[in-house]
Amino acid sequence: MISAPVVLTVSGLYLLALFAIAAFADRRAAQGRSVIGNAWIYTLSLAVYCTAWTYFGSVGRAAAGGVWFLPIYLGPMLAMLVAWIVLRKMIRIAQSHRITSIADFIASRYGKSPALAALATVIAVVGVVPYIALQLKAVSAGYQILTQGSGPQEEALVWWRDGALMVALALAAFAILFGTRHLDSAERHEGMVAAIAFESLVKLVAFLAVGAFVTWGLFGGMADVWARAKALPGLTDLLRIDGGQGGGGFPYAEWFGMTMLAMFSVLLLPRQFQMMVVECVDERHVKRAAWAFPAYLLAINLFVLPIALGGLVLFGPGVMDPETFVLSLPLSQGATALALFAYVGGLSAATGMLIVETVAISTMVCNDLVMPALLRQPWFGGRAGGDLTRLLLNIRRAAIVGVLLLGYLYFQIAGDAYALVSIGLISFAAVAQFAPALLGGIYWRGGTLRGAFAGMAGGFLVWIWTLMLPSVAKSGWIPDGFLRHGPFGIGWLAPESLFGLTALDPLSHSLFWSLLVNVALYVGLSLARAPSAREASQALLFVEVFAQDSAQGRDQAPIFWRGRARLEDLTGLAARLLGPEQSRRFFEDYARETRAPSVAQIRADARLVDRVERRLAGVVGSASARVLISKAAQESPLGIEDVMEIVGEASEVRAYARALEKAGAELREANERLKSLDQMKDDFMSSVTHELRTPLTSIRALSELMLDAPDMEEVEREEFLGIIIAESERLGRLVNQVLDLAKIESGHAEWRIVEMDLRKLVSDAARATAELFHKKDAELVLSLPEGPRLLHADPDRLTQVMVNLLSNAAKFMPEAGGRAEILLREEPGWLVVEIRDNGPGVPLADQATIFEKFRQAGDALTRPPGTGLGLPISREIVERFGGSMSLDSQPGQGSCFSFRLPVGREEAAQDRPDA
Amino acid sequence: MTTKVLIADDEPNIVVSLEFMMKRAGYEVLVARDGPSALEAIRRERPRLVLLDGMMPGMTGFDVCEAVRADAALAGIRILMLTAKGRDADIARGVGAGADAYVTKPFSTRDLVKMVQEMLA
Repeated sequence: MISAPVVLTVSGLYLLALFAIAAFADRRAAQGRSVIGNAWIYTLSLAVYCTAWTYFGSVGRAAAGGVWFLPIYLGPMLAMLVAWIVLRKMIRIAQSHRITSIADFIASRYGKSPALAALATVIAVVGVVPYIALQLKAVSAGYQILTQGSGPQEEALVWWRDGALMVALALAAFAILFGTRHLDSAERHEGMVAAIAFESLVKLVAFLAVGAFVTWGLFGGMADVWARAKALPGLTDLLRIDGGQGGGGFPYAEWFGMTMLAMFSVLLLPRQFQMMVVECVDERHVKRAAWAFPAYLLAINLFVLPIALGGLVLFGPGVMDPETFVLSLPLSQGATALALFAYVGGLSAATGMLIVETVAISTMVCNDLVMPALLRQPWFGGRAGGDLTRLLLNIRRAAIVGVLLLGYLYFQIAGDAYALVSIGLISFAAVAQFAPALLGGIYWRGGTLRGAFAGMAGGFLVWIWTLMLPSVAKSGWIPDGFLRHGPFGIGWLAPESLFGLTALDPLSHSLFWSLLVNVALYVGLSLARAPSAREASQALLFVEVFAQDSAQGRDQAPIFWRGRARLEDLTGLAARLLGPEQSRRFFEDYARETRAPSVAQIRADARLVDRVERRLAGVVGSASARVLISKAAQESPLGIEDVMEIVGEASEVRAYARALEKAGAELREANERLKSLDQMKDDFMSSVTHELRTPLTSIRALSELMLDAPDMEEVEREEFLGIIIAESERLGRLVNQVLDLAKIESGHAEWRIVEMDLRKLVSDAARATAELFHKKDAELVLSLPEGPRLLHADPDRLTQVMVNLLSNAAKFMPEAGGRAEILLREEPGWLVVEIRDNGPGVPLADQATIFEKFRQAGDALTRPPGTGLGLPISREIVERFGGSMSLDSQPGQGSCFSFRLPVGREEAAQDRPDA
Repeated sequence: MTTKVLIADDEPNIVVSLEFMMKRAGYEVLVARDGPSALEAIRRERPRLVLLDGMMPGMTGFDVCEAVRADAALAGIRILMLTAKGRDADIARGVGAGADAYVTKPFSTRDLVKMVQEMLA
């Protein structure tokens, strides 16, 4: 046991520390040096999911049902798998429209409907009240355990009624300090996020510390916990996956329902939406959170079973409330410091939830319930000059106190009858009603306001009937007869077995019916009538959010507003809601952005109206902002044709921008191509120059030398003259071939395409070059098919190719035993000519470039003279007739040059444009 | 003791003419047909001057020139680059590599001999 002043002092100091962290983060944010722009902080702030319910309740649930506590955490893990797709889209939409709450998100999607916003707010408030009660119960119960030991609860009843109220009021003050210190148009609370991230760390460490203490301090490790639990009668069931469920096999329906519920909750609970979407500073943080948040959940669940089993083993089943094991286990062992730390962890879990939840709820209540009501009051509009920011803050403060008091009330009504876990699930089922309208809204353009409203309202009513009322009735506050017999004795309307459905537990039962009604109404009514213009335009902006935000920039997103506005009206409105300072900065920024010379010269066009409306939406919600703008400006009603037209204009602008971009890219590409052509031409000229200069060098040098040395020996003189002649021939060949290639490449070559016999051409070419082989004592073998082989080509050009290949082969013949073979064979659609020799072959390094200009394989000293243009020209010719040329050579084993030509395709030869 | 001159070129007919020229001018002539053997001959024979072709297989004349200039033991060897590539970039490359002179092909035999004699004076 610990004395009350100690517990209170530690709690107070802890809250002060939290406040210091928050104040520090707020100050840094004001200086523009944010401390929360970090994926780890984002991840930790998501862990606000783990409340006192997790901290105390999971152990209780595990003690009663074994692994049955797990679906609550499996759901979020599964949800985070698709976070990058779904959550990122929600964040992008929320930031684009300055959305500040889940009610605002849904209402904005369906045409900024105030009615839908109000409904969503009511659902959220009613839905989370039990959850708030749960936190109060946990904190005060924990306090009682610490200060009064674990005596029977009745004795303490009187005390902790007041205690819970005290806690509620203290936390209200705390939430007010955190969440409503100033009115921020983006509704971001950096200090709060930093404090929550810290709290997440504290509760994780505290829980792990207790877990480690139980597992290794009180037991000899996990295996020991398990072994000793097994020895106890009744505990073996907990260790089975279907444990505690009466052993009737694995409860698929319950697991599925619970996991799905938790999946929705992690996105849709007001505090989760606040942390994940509204407070997200950079959507890229989602990437890390997608695995780090599940890892956090895994860590905090690690010791749930050991603590639960350990408590049951040490205290004996039924002696202590398992939901207090986290505190009572250390306490019973005299580890008071650890117990106090554990309590601080639980306090963290509870206060974190309460702060974020009440801040989120207060924003909704203020923007979506109170503001619309105020806007309808005639006197409200009359206060034209007044600054409303203080009023807004006060509404929120009142809302925080109100919500916490409601939680306290529920705690008084139902707190005794239910375990923590069951209370939490009631809240989960309530916010699950947002799922169809929200998820449908961001992926389905067809969803309408009527559908969303009816779906949410219907689902909510079913939830009240099947879950909320029974929870109140079971607490004894209203007669519970209708639970068993149905209202007025109508059995099929009994809340926990509608239409006689009794196979499911009450929660799955409620979830099944409420979501069935919800989805059916949403889809059915959406399909029944086409959306209005405003719904259609918002649907487009939501569903296509990534398309609008893509490379072309946000300015080209369509703006669905028609009408006339005066600048003074807009500046006046903004000043009232943003305060004079922020309003001035807003218009100055806008003037800079639109290149207006001064604020007074800003054009009050649709773009400005849209921007002001979005900015105001950040303060009062999109529905209220819509109402305010419609009063401040002269609007033309927006028809569905207007929407189509605006979309058309926007997409035209986008298409134009895309076309421009594409044209630019094409120009760049063409320029690159030209540059590389230029480079190629430069290289070609350089090569030609080199090839021309080399023979010229010999010719000039040798002739000069002969001129200067008349006394030269006759043999030497003859040798020089021989070289001069050979080099002159080389020059001549080179000039001819360069011209030939240039003609072919530029398309100026003349082609005389006729039907010709390739077999005859090959044998004629062989005869023409026979002398070359004969000179080298080489053998030339022909293996040709019988009869003519006809195709369409220019016979002179093909002869040129054959002679080039054959003289190459002859040139490279070895001194003795030279042998070349010409092969003409048929493949389907092709005629293939192969010229095989037993020369040195082409070195591997040269094979890839052998068909390029001026690439001669081998060593200049040993290779026969050549221009380096024969093969490129031959290849050009063959390709001109639709064929191709290739080389197959193993160095040292000869080479085989071959080319193939298409047969029976006259057009292949004829139709190629020569330009 | 005659002065050693190394001719490094891969075109046999150009080697014939250069060899004739240098012998007539009274030098002892060595011949290399590619880059690596030119460098090897330079290291082994220590010629006073090298007539170095820019484009040779194995290792370009520019690379040979740089290698010689990087080797302190080979300091003092005069290098005359001969090349059939006449672009400014090629000349700049040759000078950058550390050649003492740069002559484009085709060249005047008289001028070349005179140049060699001056470089060896």
